[in-house]
Amino acid sequence: MLLTITYLGQNTTELGYLLFKNPARPQVVELSFGKAYVFYPEVSRERTTVALLLDVDPIGLSKRSGYDYVNDRPYVSSSLMSTALTKAFGTAMTGRGDFHQELADSRLNLSATVTMLPCRGNHQNLSAVFEPLGYEVEWESFTLDDQFHQWGQASYVNLTITGEVRLRDLLKHLYVLMPVFDAHKHYWVDSEEVDKLLRMGEGWLADHPMKQYITDRYLKRQRRLVNQAFEQLAAMSANDGDLIPTEAPEKPPRLNEVRLQAVLNQVKASGASTVIDLGCGEGNLLKLLVKDSQFTKITGVDVAHHALEKSSERLMLTDASESMQSRITLIQGSLTYRDARFSGYDTACVVEVIEHLDLGRLAAFERVLFEYARPRTIVVTTPNSEYNEIYGVESGHRHEDHRFEWTRAEFQEWAHTTAQRYGYTVAFLGVGDEDETCGTPTQMGVFTSDGNLEVTCA
Amino acid sequence: MRIEIPELAVVAVVGVSSSGKSTFAQRHFKPTEILSSDFFRAMVSDDENNEKVTRQAFDTLYYVANKRLDLGLLTVIDATNIHKDARAAVLNLAKEQNVHAVAIVLNLPEATCVERHAQRSDRSFPAKVIHRQMEQLRHTLKTLKKEGFRYVHVLNSEDEIAHVEIHRTRLWNDKKDETGPFDIIGDVHGCYDELCSLLDTMGYAVDKENHQATPPSGRRAIFVGDLCDRGPKNTDVLRLVMSMVNSGAAYCVAGNHDAKLVRILRRGLTNMTHGIDITMAQLDAETSQFRTEVESFLDGLISHYVFDGGRLVVAHAGLIEKYHGRSSGRVRSFCLYGDTTGETDEYGLPVRLPWANDYRGSALVVYGHVPTPEIEMINNTVCIDTGCVFGGKLTGFRYPEKEVVQIEAAREYYTLIKPLHPPTTSGDLLNVDDVLGQRFLSTTLRKSIKINAENSAAALEVMSRFAADPRWLIYLPPTMSPCETSTLDDYLEDPSQAFEYYRKRGVTQVVCERKHMGSRAVIILCRDESVAQRRFRIADGTRGIIYTRTGRRFFEDDTETTLLTSLDDVLTRTGFWDEYSTDWVCLDAELMPWSAKAQGLLREQFAPVSRAGSVGLAAGVAAITSACAVLTDKLESACLDDTLARPNQEKKTLDLAALAERYQARAEALDHYAEAYRRYCWEVTSIEDYRIAPFHILATEGHVYSDRNHLWHMETIAKHMTGIDPIFMATDHLLVDLSDEKSTMTAIQWWQDLTASGGEGMVVKPLDFIGHGDSAPIQPAVKCRGREYLRIIYGPEYLLKENLPRLKKRSLSTKRRLALQEFALGMESLDRFVNGDPLHRVHECIFGVLALESEPVDPRL
Repeated sequence: MLLTITYLGQNTTELGYLLFKNPARPQVVELSFGKAYVFYPEVSRERTTVALLLDVDPIGLSKRSGYDYVNDRPYVSSSLMSTALTKAFGTAMTGRGDFHQELADSRLNLSATVTMLPCRGNHQNLSAVFEPLGYEVEWESFTLDDQFHQWGQASYVNLTITGEVRLRDLLKHLYVLMPVFDAHKHYWVDSEEVDKLLRMGEGWLADHPMKQYITDRYLKRQRRLVNQAFEQLAAMSANDGDLIPTEAPEKPPRLNEVRLQAVLNQVKASGASTVIDLGCGEGNLLKLLVKDSQFTKITGVDVAHHALEKSSERLMLTDASESMQSRITLIQGSLTYRDARFSGYDTACVVEVIEHLDLGRLAAFERVLFEYARPRTIVVTTPNSEYNEIYGVESGHRHEDHRFEWTRAEFQEWAHTTAQRYGYTVAFLGVGDEDETCGTPTQMGVFTSDGNLEVTCA
Repeated sequence: MRIEIPELAVVAVVGVSSSGKSTFAQRHFKPTEILSSDFFRAMVSDDENNEKVTRQAFDTLYYVANKRLDLGLLTVIDATNIHKDARAAVLNLAKEQNVHAVAIVLNLPEATCVERHAQRSDRSFPAKVIHRQMEQLRHTLKTLKKEGFRYVHVLNSEDEIAHVEIHRTRLWNDKKDETGPFDIIGDVHGCYDELCSLLDTMGYAVDKENHQATPPSGRRAIFVGDLCDRGPKNTDVLRLVMSMVNSGAAYCVAGNHDAKLVRILRRGLTNMTHGIDITMAQLDAETSQFRTEVESFLDGLISHYVFDGGRLVVAHAGLIEKYHGRSSGRVRSFCLYGDTTGETDEYGLPVRLPWANDYRGSALVVYGHVPTPEIEMINNTVCIDTGCVFGGKLTGFRYPEKEVVQIEAAREYYTLIKPLHPPTTSGDLLNVDDVLGQRFLSTTLRKSIKINAENSAAALEVMSRFAADPRWLIYLPPTMSPCETSTLDDYLEDPSQAFEYYRKRGVTQVVCERKHMGSRAVIILCRDESVAQRRFRIADGTRGIIYTRTGRRFFEDDTETTLLTSLDDVLTRTGFWDEYSTDWVCLDAELMPWSAKAQGLLREQFAPVSRAGSVGLAAGVAAITSACAVLTDKLESACLDDTLARPNQEKKTLDLAALAERYQARAEALDHYAEAYRRYCWEVTSIEDYRIAPFHILATEGHVYSDRNHLWHMETIAKHMTGIDPIFMATDHLLVDLSDEKSTMTAIQWWQDLTASGGEGMVVKPLDFIGHGDSAPIQPAVKCRGREYLRIIYGPEYLLKENLPRLKKRSLSTKRRLALQEFALGMESLDRFVNGDPLHRVHECIFGVLALESEPVDPRL
């Protein structure tokens, strides 16, 4: 909403020259999302303050970007402010000073106040990010609503940074870092953003101790872009040894990978040639299955259409050969609805899925899979809640969408009952690092049909 | 000459080239009934004489033929049909489709055909081809009937062809004209005493001695077959049923035992198992004339009937929908034996598949054959064999009343080999085929509601991931449109538009109900867990549910139980349960505080916007004010050097004083906005902090209250639900006479008072629950929201003059279409549930509402 920059010193009205903005002439800057105003709330020899005030058109913004009409964007200092900054003070950001070049090139006693900076997460990061750049950092935080203290703190702060810096650096720091603390960006992040980041970050970002944090957040955590930025930052870094590799080789494989490998092993061992992955998500397991020639027919099922789209994209199915397309199928389906398309497979995988069902719906799932689909082998994995203590999950679940998490005893009891009811036998395996008392983080049950296809349910 | 063909059949016109097949077909059949090979040759290759594409042409022809027959439409195959292979394809089609194959042969002298051929310019082959075809035709004539054509008609001259009349006749099983009412009787198996008692109980005048029974006026009996075997008095039963059928007092379909009896009587089969020996012993004591009568009676039994315009089907072992009204050996087998796989179980009995689980037909199928302890209704099918001969009951089923009358067996006459089991049912397991893809739902209020595939897909996710157990979901409320946009300068919505909407559509009275700014809640309460289990088939020990308009449970903790218990106390104290003779109720309500469910919205959206806006704008106002002071003070004292300005840098100067004023106005808008949302937030620390305002009594056992007007709903709720426990609160409301200006002015003032300090507003409904306007269906309700309240919908600053005119350009049409469709579906799902329809029928409506809700629509409406 509002950014003010104050220059303290001898002849501070010269700030006007440096910014190419006449203190006597308040100005309007036209922007795609509204307007910004530049004016001077303080003008004196010792202290001059310029203000950049946003006037965002909420209706235009929501029409264009799909924001809700009730939105904080018009009132905060976010990426919109960064855009306004380049529009209003673009020349100053390049370092051009014309008749006052020397001043433009000097470190001045400057301070900037950002009103309503959205700052998700730990406010201490403000210090961690700005202090290495030579600023003193102060912020004021607010309750969300004075009448409802129980709602806690608002995530906005009024941030003031003060330091001896060149004006152009201050502007660039603000340009890059305001959106870093915000969770949104009003425009699409693409590789052009990488260039902007590198340009604006030149001379300070490559060796910033928080560069990972800054790059990640500036690029909205898009891994591809972040990696691209990192490669280039590494080339610019003063100390080459300080490179943060994108994937540390010594890092142990993540639980997810271990789990998928364990599932794959079971599926292979089952002798299956046709496999259905129920709850395939974005296709992690499918990617492994498709590489293995043991499997002649692979089907991924998910209830979320967007997950299937993502799977298809990751498997590059659209342009795949006919022989690959005939091997792999993606279908939208639900585990609580009987579905003829689930039938006729040797093995079904249900990896980290059942815990997303309400317990009351589990009976429907059992019938859909064990009574009607009836694959010969069924591989089920689910978290072992005993292990949560090792993760430091004290109460509640590992994931907010988990409707339940079972101890080993609970899982095994369910598995035995289900196996018995529908004519299967079940064996159990642990997946992941084993703890003596808590077991493994993931538990797995491998159900094998005992060949008695007679439906024995009541 | 008059020839008869069944009205549903595959008709092959057989004849040599130039015998006039196409001309004949065109004269006697609709153009769309005729599938001509020439036409399909042209369709796939642009050339109707192209012999090279024969295969492709016939593939296409048969594809179309199958689609037509799937839909039950007579289909004529106009090809030479001279070759045996070609006819085999026709016969195969008939067999696949379970319809009769008819051959109409145009058997003209060769000379006539050759002569005609010579005159045609569109056939290039030599005349000797015709000669060859004539030879084949002569052969063919002898074998047609043997090949499997049920009806063969040969027309031997041009004269015969010219004067033939084709009449379409009904199939034997077609009794659609018979509308009932009927009394359908289960498997009798020689239990004559019980049969007489049952008929007597059902009001028949029974003369037991003389084997006569006369139905009460207008009624007719239908026997589901298996009259004999195992039981004590088989010949008595036969005499009675034969006399009833012969006199027109009853229909009877064939059962497997009846069919077997025919075989034994005819050929003296030796395998006298399953109690047929008893029947045979009794028949042996009768005259041979009687035996012949029995044989001919049983042999003449049709395997299934379709009654009452297709709404009722009776077959001994049931019948899947695609066989209804069809006729073939396969259909007959199904009717007699059910969906058998050829396997036998451990008792040596045939394994039968539970076809009824997948039955989705609109016709009620009444059948017997499988003895069960109680009659079993699954998916619009009902099995009424309650094992009388095994010591169970003989069941009579009244149609259309769906009432059951039963007579206990005097004793067990025969021992079951296999213990009586309730049938294996898929029960409440829903099938994805019933919800996914593009669908057309038909409801009482709207004939056809289209659900797009992508919306079904979205609904599947919502339903699977978030919704409560589908067995609880018997209703979802429709979305509600606002009134038309106000024509007043400072308002986006005002009541006069809502009144105008209904007045224009011929509604004379409306009810205005205050909105409480709660969350829409559907409440289902059963008197106890056993009711939940019996009526909703929920067996987890809960006795009700409170769910949101998207079918999500409101409370994950025991708040739900506590609220439901309080409601039960109130309903019990006010005598609701007894007065409405019900043990469950479904209510439509608002649940407060809104903040209880909207915490996320409040903390993530409303409060942050308020905080950011108030701090940000205050800082802005302060900065502008200082800048103003700087300009006036310092500029005048020439402290600032105006020459700094470079002309090319100056884009637009700014009037800071005006800006200060505007930002001040914006800051004030933010204050109003905070008041608007805070008003409806209160902290919930205990159950007493909740408020529930019911506004519709949707349904109780046997009744959907869409036939009562909104005043009845308000009054009944006031009488039975509010004013006792503070949790359950009444809704202020006002009856408005739309033709009376005073009445509407009063209502407008009432709305002004409600909303002046931020009240949400009101809902305007036609007095009747299902509003009857002049012509087109009308909105069940429109909302008219308060001016202050709308800030939390349209943004804190929506009333500013630069914003409101733009916001007034809004379109309500999508919202209103959805509201009407969802209303129709919601009412339909209640009707179906109350009517005892299977879960998938109720669920498809619920699913439809969720699907419609996934259509993109302006969320501010």
